[in-house]
Amino acid sequence: MSTIISVGIDIGTSTTQVIFSRITMDNTAGYFTAPRISIVAKDVFFRSEVYFTPLKTMALIDGDAVRDIVAEEFRKAGIRPSDVDTGAVIITGESARKENAALVLEKLSDFAGEFVVSTAGPDLESIIAGKGSGAYQYSIDNDCAVINLDVGGGTTNIVSFYAGEVTGKGCFDIGGRLIRLDRDGTVRSISPAAQRIIEEQKLPLRVGERATDEQLLRLTDRMAELLAEALGLKEESTLLHKIQTPNSSWLGQTHTASRICFSGGVADCMEQSRAGTADFLRFGDIGLYLGRSIRTNPLLAAARQVPAHETIRATVVGAGTYTTSLSGSTISYSDGIFPVKNVPALKLSYQEQQEFLDKGGESLYQKCRWFLEQNDTENLLLAMPGKLDPTYAEIKHMAKCIVDAMMRALPPEAPVIVVVEQDIAKALGNAMKQEAGNQRRVAAIDSIKIDVNDFVDIGRPLMDGLVVPVVVKTLLFG
Amino acid sequence: MLDQKWIDMIADEVARQLRAQGKVILPEPSDRPDFGSGVAITEDIASAESKAKTLLTNPQDAEALARMKKRTTARIGVGRTGCRLNTQTMLTLRADHAKAQDSVFTDVDPRLIERLHLMSVQTQCDCKDTYITRPDLGRKLNDEAVELLKTNCAKNPDVQIYASDGLSSTAIEANLERILPALTEGLQAKGLSVGTPFYLRFGRVGAEDHVAEILGAKVVCVLIGERPGLATAESMSAYIVCDAHVGIPESKRTVVSNIHKNGLSAVEAGAYITEVIAEILRQKKSGVDLVK
Repeated sequence: MSTIISVGIDIGTSTTQVIFSRITMDNTAGYFTAPRISIVAKDVFFRSEVYFTPLKTMALIDGDAVRDIVAEEFRKAGIRPSDVDTGAVIITGESARKENAALVLEKLSDFAGEFVVSTAGPDLESIIAGKGSGAYQYSIDNDCAVINLDVGGGTTNIVSFYAGEVTGKGCFDIGGRLIRLDRDGTVRSISPAAQRIIEEQKLPLRVGERATDEQLLRLTDRMAELLAEALGLKEESTLLHKIQTPNSSWLGQTHTASRICFSGGVADCMEQSRAGTADFLRFGDIGLYLGRSIRTNPLLAAARQVPAHETIRATVVGAGTYTTSLSGSTISYSDGIFPVKNVPALKLSYQEQQEFLDKGGESLYQKCRWFLEQNDTENLLLAMPGKLDPTYAEIKHMAKCIVDAMMRALPPEAPVIVVVEQDIAKALGNAMKQEAGNQRRVAAIDSIKIDVNDFVDIGRPLMDGLVVPVVVKTLLFG
Repeated sequence: MLDQKWIDMIADEVARQLRAQGKVILPEPSDRPDFGSGVAITEDIASAESKAKTLLTNPQDAEALARMKKRTTARIGVGRTGCRLNTQTMLTLRADHAKAQDSVFTDVDPRLIERLHLMSVQTQCDCKDTYITRPDLGRKLNDEAVELLKTNCAKNPDVQIYASDGLSSTAIEANLERILPALTEGLQAKGLSVGTPFYLRFGRVGAEDHVAEILGAKVVCVLIGERPGLATAESMSAYIVCDAHVGIPESKRTVVSNIHKNGLSAVEAGAYITEVIAEILRQKKSGVDLVK
């Protein structure tokens, strides 16, 4: 049994949080078969306070202040940066801009141990939040469809799971801090998405003027209705398309929204809003109004509500515990090849794989060259399906084509790395080692699924070198 | 007693009714194949594709059932008639049982042995019946085999690999050609000397102890067909033993089981066993003594 420490840092539009968890892995295969290392337990052992994200301007994060928060939480948890084996820093919602990302990466580089990654992108956030909230596990345990809505400050991240499979994902600019107000109800700021809704509803809300409960509730009722539209519970309006978060997927038709789980800060506001509108302005935003509107929306209320294990911390818990997966347990790699970070994956379909196996290494070489040029990168790893029960000759041929093509396409120092879906990596990797001799470091790992445009981190080997931790990212900050 | 005429009439009537219900596609009597039953084979009900189908007519949650069926080879979602299995389930069971029996009682295709350039030798069993009833004889090579091994095989290798039918010839036919070169080349790449591989007919696992004594191999690894079940008849295992002698305790064997296309694939097993053998040689221990 072996344990690693994972950190999750979530820097959102409104809040910043840190969690630490222990991920325990063990050999779950029987004594008489090849090993199978699996993650057997995930234990979140430290949760930071929920901080308001320090901002310099409306859009720009105060990097030094974020750094101080993170440093303080590492100290409180009694964790040194060198203790951390894996995890993720994710910058979410409206904060997820390139300037902020670059800033945070720079300021947190001391804490982001050599295997901590920065990921973002609204779709991935949706999935991470759905995993952190417990909706993902619920869908597995109950073998059913669950939709998770993570209603945060700037965005609502939606994901639908069906028995542990992601069946849809999306994100809309609906959140509790789209409008900020003073204690007396004076409007301090209005986000562009909120402005669109205000215009559609012809509400007299303006910066510097006092807003009434009634006006704010009309606004948030419409927001709740838009969420119902997004879930397919109501016919889509044109406004819904206008408030779709840039770079997010269109949720589309998912399984019927019969079970819904709410996470994010506004999920807490749903309960807190039962007390009446007396002190709805205490957070200086529309969170409690939105919470009330979601709770009372008849379409959303009709669905069965799945209790969330994590609400405001769903994203950070998801980031800290679900981003790392393990490779298969029979893999092959040259000494010292890992860790590697941010390697773009050239994903081959079964047909494309067959093509290079038929035509030889040259066609794969061309594909690699094209990929490197298209992506303006010097490095890549090959992701492909592999073959079920191949012959030894097929493995050797596959290894020869790969090594030949990638050694020519990649710069002299770059390792040749292949990720296959079928459990054949040890045989393939060994064959690649023989093919490459001492000229190049090689690795083949399996049982990891990679999609087109993914980036991959592979960490130092664990469990006496049987497995490597892998993080697959869908979007990378520049 | 029923004569053939009666049997044909009954078969025709059953076929007619099944065809009328649209349950099976049966050929018209004119193109009836010459099995005498009047029923042609349109589907292999023992195949994986056929077993993947649910036999329930109105499952409450067909998708959930399909997922459950994917996770197990158990015969779930097959329905029943009263307290009995339905005909198709019954037939599938019988077919799987027949396959299992076949894998025990047939011989490994001699063309495979030839193709792999393996010398074929035999234990002290003279036929399958002796093999099944006399496990002790299946652990000893016959005199001719001892001679042949002494004359034709390299002596005192680091590793001696050989294949044996065991209780499933089907397993050897399905996996041997894939695993043998992976294993041999893998071990040689690690700088180990690999003995001359051969095939042992009517062999029990314990025969590897006798082989170790005859050839003086440090490690012996037998690739042997496993007792078939009703899920697969293609499962092969590798039993690996260090410094073996006749009478060595069973606990000294390291085993890698479940080698077949839906378990650990043969080439991957070859790569894995290579490392297990290298580690056994390093520690000079096998079985429960081997520190994993």
